[in-house]
Amino acid sequence: MKTLTMPSFGADMAMGSIVKWNVKPGDQVAKGDIIASIETMKGLIDMEVFDNGTIVALIADEGDEVEVGRPIAELQLSNEEYSDNKSEETLLREGSPNVAVNSSSSINKIPVSDASAGQTVTNKTSLETTDSLNKNVHVQITQQPKISPAARTKAIRLGIDWRLLPKGTGPDGALLLDDINIAKKTLAKPGSGHVKDPSEAMREAIAATVSQSKRDIPHYYLQLDIVLDKALKWLSIHNADLDPNKRILITAVIFSAIARALNAFDAFNGFYRDGHYQPADSVHLGNAISLRQGGLMVAAIHDAQRLGLVDLMDKITDQVTRARKGGLRMSEMQDATVTVSNLGDRGTDSIQSIIFPPQVAIFGIGRPRVMPWVIDNKLSCATIVSISLAADHRVSDGHSGARLLNKINKLLQTPEKLI
Amino acid sequence: MKNQSLSYRDAMKNAISEAMRKDERVFLMGEDVGNYGGCYAVSKGLSAEFGANRIIDTPLSESGFVGAGIGAAMGGMRPIIEVMTVNFSLLALDQIVNNAATLRHMSGNQIGVPLVIRMATGAGKQLAAQHSHSLENWYAHVPGIKVLAPATVADARYMLSMALADPDPVILFEHVMLYNESAAIPEPEDCPDMHQALVRKDGNDISLVTYGGSLSKTLLAANELEKQGVSAEVVDLRCLRPLDTETVYKSVQKTHRVLVVDEGWHSGSLAGEICALVAEDCFWSLDAPPSRVCSKEVPIPYAQHLERAATPQVAQVVEAALKLLKRTVTA
Amino acid sequence: MNKNQSIKDLVCKLILDIAPEADMQNLDPNEELREELDLDSMDFMNLLDSIAKQTAVNIPESDYSKVNSLQALTDYIASRS
Repeated sequence: MKTLTMPSFGADMAMGSIVKWNVKPGDQVAKGDIIASIETMKGLIDMEVFDNGTIVALIADEGDEVEVGRPIAELQLSNEEYSDNKSEETLLREGSPNVAVNSSSSINKIPVSDASAGQTVTNKTSLETTDSLNKNVHVQITQQPKISPAARTKAIRLGIDWRLLPKGTGPDGALLLDDINIAKKTLAKPGSGHVKDPSEAMREAIAATVSQSKRDIPHYYLQLDIVLDKALKWLSIHNADLDPNKRILITAVIFSAIARALNAFDAFNGFYRDGHYQPADSVHLGNAISLRQGGLMVAAIHDAQRLGLVDLMDKITDQVTRARKGGLRMSEMQDATVTVSNLGDRGTDSIQSIIFPPQVAIFGIGRPRVMPWVIDNKLSCATIVSISLAADHRVSDGHSGARLLNKINKLLQTPEKLI
Repeated sequence: MKNQSLSYRDAMKNAISEAMRKDERVFLMGEDVGNYGGCYAVSKGLSAEFGANRIIDTPLSESGFVGAGIGAAMGGMRPIIEVMTVNFSLLALDQIVNNAATLRHMSGNQIGVPLVIRMATGAGKQLAAQHSHSLENWYAHVPGIKVLAPATVADARYMLSMALADPDPVILFEHVMLYNESAAIPEPEDCPDMHQALVRKDGNDISLVTYGGSLSKTLLAANELEKQGVSAEVVDLRCLRPLDTETVYKSVQKTHRVLVVDEGWHSGSLAGEICALVAEDCFWSLDAPPSRVCSKEVPIPYAQHLERAATPQVAQVVEAALKLLKRTVTA
Repeated sequence: MNKNQSIKDLVCKLILDIAPEADMQNLDPNEELREELDLDSMDFMNLLDSIAKQTAVNIPESDYSKVNSLQALTDYIASRS
């Protein structure tokens, strides 16, 4: 579906009036056909259509004055399979119940790469094409879990992550106040009458999440031991003359490799909800940050596959600092499309993690350790890191998981390309 | 022997005669108010007591006599203009909206219009399309006038004097189906300040907000809901402009759900205004969308069963409330 | 000795900024610092960063093994400032 907009017939043209439509909904058009007469400051100009297709709807009427760039019609392109995938404009005009009922955050929440619900986009580097925008908006609108304002307020106050709760008793499975009250009771320790402190609440929230994950998600586990020497060597050269706050940690290098590898592996980066998997269109890497007082926060690094190592390192540092001080933003808490768990260089050899629903994969990074290793048929030493992948078997299989891990390995052998 | 009860009609009549006895500037004018005693018999017998100079029969010209009333008010009198029904007030719309409502503003506070206009309103007497309107919301839309909807005998008895005391134009809407209703003789304390909305019935599960002729239906619906295990709170707006949002919001914040019952048509209704206000100011308290029961989008029909089908009824209010609470109707 | 003590105090203070619950009184200055105080690589880097800012002593990655304990760290800084 293509949205036709008021064309600009000159750099100084801001508005145009539709004097006459030459087409009506249902008409077939061919590339080059004149579909309307537009009155501009420069006089009457014919508007051509540049695709073959069928006019689906006229959004502006004859006589309407429309700003350049605003939608005026919908065109179903000939080479597209006709589906019920109407554009956002048509949906909104028709007052589709899914669009109307949902809170404003879902209507503003365009494709996953749009940083945060309801906030203005600040540093998007590329514009989505209308088609992909419409496709993603449609799916987002129907899939957003619903919750009433009162329930949402209460959930936030109680520290309950409502997105992880099962469907509510409201229309379309919306969560209502009663559902939150019930959730609170379920999460509460039996017999406890005392007021919970935040870390207890967090523990319970984590407990609820991981329990649900283990119940609902059929996990499969893969692991690959990766030789890290090239990356470490490159890094030490890079860091040699730098101040401590400019040095890049090997963690960032591994994160970068994971994010970029995921770019080509749809089935490991997205959300599984309501029996349906929707791959995300960018990699918002969830960094599992452990808090000193206990507990875990997963902060999303948006568009991680596009960040250079320096930017990625800055992002990680900044987030860890804010996470520990309690300054994470809501968009960072909500948007992760996949998670990486890293126990650090004094952790264990490997870590098998639990997927955070509705994500479908989680990586575990063990500590880099020097091991005896066979290189070129000879016994030698190498610094090895074990990277594990736990993935949702409803969405992917071991074969693709293995390919993904191998891709990560490949990227880590050419660290200079990640900068 | 003192009568135990008072009709709405008589309550209004008593209010008028009391006001006229207290203040010689007060007079009543309108079509058939004198000799005939008023279309709804509100002013029956008043002409005998106060004379033709103070109970004035006007020609059949709303624009003319409303204009004259405006002039009288400007000149220092305290007229009560009776426009037979809101349907006919349309002929005086210009006088009310462009003169009465604006003169204080346009004269830089040099001139006030201390005017009271009483109008009958609403459907239910099979008076058909041109005589069954509920246009309270049109007047509630206009800055410069106040709009009251006395829904009880107590309000009918005591709101008029409050309106007369107001230095600016006040319109009282009397629903045609209320005139015959009776209640115990009210005391002044039964009628709080005219600007205040009142919670007529306490409840916890849902706020039913209404005014005027719809109050009794709403209370009946609340009783019905009680039988089905739903505790409904009924808020009588009483004053439509300005709206007592404080009372409404307090109720919604308690119950988390609101259903407005309004005999105006759905589109552009006062109910819509209230839903918007609740959405704007009580959003985070809502557990269900703000909803309304209004008249259907048709000219009000003549046939009784159709007239009933077009206007809000008890069963509809019950059903709408249950739907908001997601419970199915039992029985 | 005085200089060493003041550097040690400074380092302790900077550690407490990063790990407020650290029990500096009972810390064995010769034990591995990161293990004792549960400091990860990020914490350690932040610590070195604040040390660099406060003492102008920049500890390169290649010297990380020389500053394993509180005592070693203190001595290293003292010798270079």
